Amino acid sequence: MKDMDDQIPRTLPIQSATFTNPINAEIRRAAATGIYDIRGGGAKRKVPHFDDLLFLGASVSRYPLEGYRERCDTSVTLGTRFAKKPIELDIPITIAGMSFGALSGPAKEALGRGASAAGTSTTTGDGGMTPEERGHSSKLVYQYLPSRYGMNPNDLRKADAIEIVVGQGAKPGGGGMLLGQKISDRVAEMRTLPKGIDQRSACRHPDWTGPDDLEIKILELREITDWQVPIYVKVGATRPYYDTALAVKAGADVVVMDGMQGGTAATQDVFIEHVGLPTLSCIRPAVQALQDLGVHREVQLVISGGIRTGADVAKALALGADAVAIGTAALVALGDNDPKWEAEYQKLGTTTGAYDDWHEGQDPAGITTQDPDLAARLNPVEAGRRLRNYLKVMTLEAQTIARACGHNHLHNLEPEDLCALTMEAAAMARVPLAGTSWYPGKEGF
Amino acid sequence: MQTYDLEANGLRGLNATLQSQSTETNQTSWEVVNPKGSHAIAVGLDAPIEVTVKGSTGYYCAGMNQQATIKVEGSVGPGVAENMMSGQVIVDGDASQYAGATGKGGLLVIKGNASSRCGISMKGIDIVVHGDIGHMSAFMAQAGNLVVCGDAGDALGDSLYEARLFVRGSVKSLGADCVEKEMRPEHLEILKDLLDRAGADSSPEEFKRYGSARQLYNFDVDNAATY
Repeated sequence: MKDMDDQIPRTLPIQSATFTNPINAEIRRAAATGIYDIRGGGAKRKVPHFDDLLFLGASVSRYPLEGYRERCDTSVTLGTRFAKKPIELDIPITIAGMSFGALSGPAKEALGRGASAAGTSTTTGDGGMTPEERGHSSKLVYQYLPSRYGMNPNDLRKADAIEIVVGQGAKPGGGGMLLGQKISDRVAEMRTLPKGIDQRSACRHPDWTGPDDLEIKILELREITDWQVPIYVKVGATRPYYDTALAVKAGADVVVMDGMQGGTAATQDVFIEHVGLPTLSCIRPAVQALQDLGVHREVQLVISGGIRTGADVAKALALGADAVAIGTAALVALGDNDPKWEAEYQKLGTTTGAYDDWHEGQDPAGITTQDPDLAARLNPVEAGRRLRNYLKVMTLEAQTIARACGHNHLHNLEPEDLCALTMEAAAMARVPLAGTSWYPGKEGF
Repeated sequence: MQTYDLEANGLRGLNATLQSQSTETNQTSWEVVNPKGSHAIAVGLDAPIEVTVKGSTGYYCAGMNQQATIKVEGSVGPGVAENMMSGQVIVDGDASQYAGATGKGGLLVIKGNASSRCGISMKGIDIVVHGDIGHMSAFMAQAGNLVVCGDAGDALGDSLYEARLFVRGSVKSLGADCVEKEMRPEHLEILKDLLDRAGADSSPEEFKRYGSARQLYNFDVDNAATY
């Protein structure tokens, strides 16, 4: 009888595409703990991105520039609309806001060193400005956040620009989160909070709501800083056309648009993966808003969220951005998720490239931690040099592409230099599907 | 006494003039006439000067004040003395929303009533309101003292950290994690000092003290319905 059973073809085990192993593991984790999953980083799900675009390069109708002979400029000035002292950067790649608290002191120092050496700016985060990061950053953008931790007029006046944070791509509509493990004595003091508590920042500003109030808030900040420095408005990408238009109406010098791949120090995984727009989809609507208001290039647009390479930089600029900001990529350049820490990642139940428990403060690389022993693992001078190198490489890559397209400045890249590999990317970036002159939504077809 | 006509000379000139006063300035007494509800009057000051605003103001009057004493002979719009660091701000009339929001230090006195979210996210400022305060006052208040000689509205002290709240009259409701606490001698002492400095004639013994139950400081799934 058994012999007969062995001869019957068997149905292979089929894994559900809906109830996947990771989903089931999360269900079991939730059932065991009673709390949602919190992690750092940005969206890990696959979404249409810059990889879905290609540059066309020069051809008979366009001629290229010589790679090692003809100049291709990279400078950008941010804040030309109202500020007496706009920020002049050598490269259009800036460092996004990341707090002391979320990051260790040496990591913040390394960001300042690397950015300064590359001729660009770095940015504070939730928790205020430390003397170390001011000292090591030749150009420092001071974030004005709902929590107002550490906010004071003296630091405000030391800043080279002020960034009013309305939201961020990882969690549009959500506030900051720093769990008790990372609330050290110094972090607690800077934030006027008890040590060791789970700190949840407010999701909206305490003293203004809506664009009309924002206009008055910007007026106040300009009055306090004598109209010297640019004022950015940063939003998480959700309604990019209207948010950009309203930021312009409120008086912003610069709009920072952060897509869902943009990282966070800590928030709910469900928030990171299910709220907000992919970076690729928010650039053209934001640029459209600036163009409709007649302020494209007068109010600068900074794009962030998943920028990794010079190609990403070039594509963001070709779609109309004036600059980009990097966060996660900068941390990787410093040493985050480095394979040399694999044994320690394994002990934490993860692996190189997947480590995202930045909120727990046990980062083997010494970056997302307040543990003095772990933080001491990061040499800020060497890490700063790595960041500088990486920024230089990205810039060289972007220049390579721009020259191939015949442009003597990165800002001369344009949508006409691009095509899309997928229908989705064509629709979002409003550039033709490769080999065609059509994209979804284009009139006349 | 220096007089500045805001209507005639503009906001930029006013703030630039007041901000340029040094700690050793001889021009210690200023009067601002014709404020007419303008926003951002006397913001970012950092000198021990006295500024009297002869009328009502708009948003963010005395924002981020340091050292200066700013008196408003009228009512103030939203965010008066927001993020104040030190000094004093005295409002003869009423205050709109977010009075003293995120303030780090100094004393804010409101002789009339204050609207909703008075003392929101306060971080060390002392606020004395002679009248009533609106709903959600002292939301996420971290440090400092909020004294209310009248009544408090709904959800007082919601998600409170370590700020102390003193209310003489009724409290319509307490917010999440805010509880009535024992009034000990050291609290009566703090209260008496604040009432004296604010020119309020109430007796400290008439007040009740409220503070954080500290049950929401670290996440507990059993408290999820509280948030």
